[in-house]
Amino acid sequence: MSWTAPQAKLLPDGKRLHLHHGPIDLIVGVSGEMRDLCFKRAIDHFQNILIGLMSELDALRRPLTSDVCFIDPVAKRMAEAVRSYPDVFVTPMAAVAGAVADEVLAAMLSDKVPQKAYVNNGGDIAFHLSEGEIFEVLSPAGLLTITSRDSARGIATSGWQGRSHSLGIADAVSVVAKTAAAADVAATLIANATNLPGHTAIGRCPATLLSPDSDLGKRHVTTHVGHLPALDVDKALQAGTRFASDCAARGLVKTVAISLQGQSRITQNSFQSNAAGALAHA
Amino acid sequence: MNSPDKIRCDACPVMCYISEGKTGACDRYANHDGKIIRCDPLTIIDRRLAKGDKIQPFLAANWDGQTLSGHDIVVSAIGAGTTYPDYKPAPFIVSREIDGVDCVTVVTEAIFSYCGVKVKIDTDRHIGAEAASVRADGEAIGHVMTAEYGSQMLSLGGVDHLTGGSKPEGRKTCDALLRLCNKEAVELTIDGGSSIIVQAGRAPVIDGKAEERMRVGCGSATIGMFASQWQGLVDEVVVVDDHITGVVSEHQAGKVIDWAATGIRINGRRSTPGRYFKVAEPGNGWGGTNIDDPLAILGQWRATKGARAGLSLLMVSTTGEHAGYYVLNDALEPVMLPMPAALQTSVDLIAQNCEPALCTVLFMCGAGGSLRSGVTDNPIHLTRSVHSDETSVTIGGAPTYRWPGGGITVMVDVMEVPDGAFGYVPTPALVAPLEFTTRRDAYQRLGGHNAHIRNLDDVLETGGEYGAGVRVIGGDP
Repeated sequence: MSWTAPQAKLLPDGKRLHLHHGPIDLIVGVSGEMRDLCFKRAIDHFQNILIGLMSELDALRRPLTSDVCFIDPVAKRMAEAVRSYPDVFVTPMAAVAGAVADEVLAAMLSDKVPQKAYVNNGGDIAFHLSEGEIFEVLSPAGLLTITSRDSARGIATSGWQGRSHSLGIADAVSVVAKTAAAADVAATLIANATNLPGHTAIGRCPATLLSPDSDLGKRHVTTHVGHLPALDVDKALQAGTRFASDCAARGLVKTVAISLQGQSRITQNSFQSNAAGALAHA
Repeated sequence: MNSPDKIRCDACPVMCYISEGKTGACDRYANHDGKIIRCDPLTIIDRRLAKGDKIQPFLAANWDGQTLSGHDIVVSAIGAGTTYPDYKPAPFIVSREIDGVDCVTVVTEAIFSYCGVKVKIDTDRHIGAEAASVRADGEAIGHVMTAEYGSQMLSLGGVDHLTGGSKPEGRKTCDALLRLCNKEAVELTIDGGSSIIVQAGRAPVIDGKAEERMRVGCGSATIGMFASQWQGLVDEVVVVDDHITGVVSEHQAGKVIDWAATGIRINGRRSTPGRYFKVAEPGNGWGGTNIDDPLAILGQWRATKGARAGLSLLMVSTTGEHAGYYVLNDALEPVMLPMPAALQTSVDLIAQNCEPALCTVLFMCGAGGSLRSGVTDNPIHLTRSVHSDETSVTIGGAPTYRWPGGGITVMVDVMEVPDGAFGYVPTPALVAPLEFTTRRDAYQRLGGHNAHIRNLDDVLETGGEYGAGVRVIGGDP
């Protein structure tokens, strides 16, 4: 077997590190003098991330059961993130991208901590902020700013056009939560809930038809969303917002921005607002 | 479990099962006809490669690090991936040196709902009335538009056919546009007209017959070009043309060389001397008319104006495809005789002066929408920068013509775009590579995504969000 080994490379700006292995691409950024040390820790820890995940992949692709117990640290983070949602269909795979980001960030912070650091795993981002630092992310619904006083240290985005399949129709759901894994699973589930079951403008097919290994099995995933009347867009956004508000009330998420065909909704704890997120077609 | 249409990828430890036509979890490897392949590589057009060089597979590992500057290399958007909805920075914002100026190329594969093709079909034949619907597989996908010199024109696609009509109409429109843009053959039918096979860079096939030649000019122009060569060989020449039929003895080109009158009479509306409109109905016969016997356009010969027994007549079409030689009998009726060799030479000369008939396909699209936000923070700045020629727009590395006025509406000859560059989304809409190029300082002034600018060698080595594959192909030298 000649698998490609994990790859690590400094980007040309000399400030960011690119880690790549199989389907994982991480961009790692660190501010301050600790950079070289942090990068070394990240590279060291990255070597076994994918192999570790693969060892427990079968169980990670099934919903949690009381008898399953994970050994791999990333798998543990994934299981922990989905444990908060016992009432909906979800497998630990919903948190995989965020959990990898959390794990690599944690490795960098294992001794002395830098001023500011982040691990961006394809848009699912774990970050560290020292006192006074802020983290800014441009989301479809506008700029999201997290300060060191917030407890949130993770951001994730999910949508039907993204890399993993969605049961819903949201163009993008961005979630700010305590960890990237928590944000990842919440974004996945809120995107699933942003839906119009049975709508004729929406194309779906069994997930296994697209990806034979999919943890979603024969569940129908979205393959196409036609133009929707504004009232239908609103209805789908309401469904997503209901789920998001419930997550916010349970303390699982801090901020949620849902976008669908030019409309967007922001849920912030129990506070709701309409934002003018204009996603016009070319 | 392992059905024949899905195979296992062993590129990494995930060992995905991948269905035919799909990619694995990494989006980098795909199952193509039962084989694992690296997906669409980012395409680099290297103008140093002589035109006609074959495409060379390119991997970063083989890159010698040379020639990362200058105009020789164009980073095209083919295989760059896309970011729609376009709130994310474009997949590649590439920095490179051109003439010592740090340049920025923003490349993305843009989704165009507002797009279509203009098709120019070099033929005199009447293929359908202006504004008649053009259909693909029975669905209306466009219409016949204003004819041009020697060519019939079609306008296909556009937002009304793509998204404004029924679902089948949108799908058929998208499918026909995609195939035309990717230089494939498409069969079109015109309401009340012909059936045509159109393929960019190839001769049109009209009602089953391949068109060979584009006419040398209209009938009147043909007279102007060849009058002096006919003088002394024949007493009268009529160039049959559905638009403007020419008669040498009456035409100004004949007058100036003292061509004698012949008493000929043409059925049709005389425009100026020796130039006639509407000599017949449009069709697939002589010179784009519906006639197979050219004598049908002639009236009674007049002896009082010069007609006489023994007077010779050449009738010829604007491509030289049709020609006949006649001599008037005692009753002043034309009788067909074998073409004299000297006249045949002049007919051949018309044919030799014709260019090969081609179909040309221009892709036309509006890049004025949200994709601009993938390029800069303030979209109107990009529009203005393009208008002032500070930022150039290319499609797959090919130069575009920008239609003046508002927005960024551009046209490109699909023959200039590398093969297979166009794609589609089921919306339906076309996906086309799009590049904006400007100086780095101008890009920063535009409110560009500076933090995302990367050096060309970094892109070559590490790729982008959607893959690190890169290929080099020869561009125009």
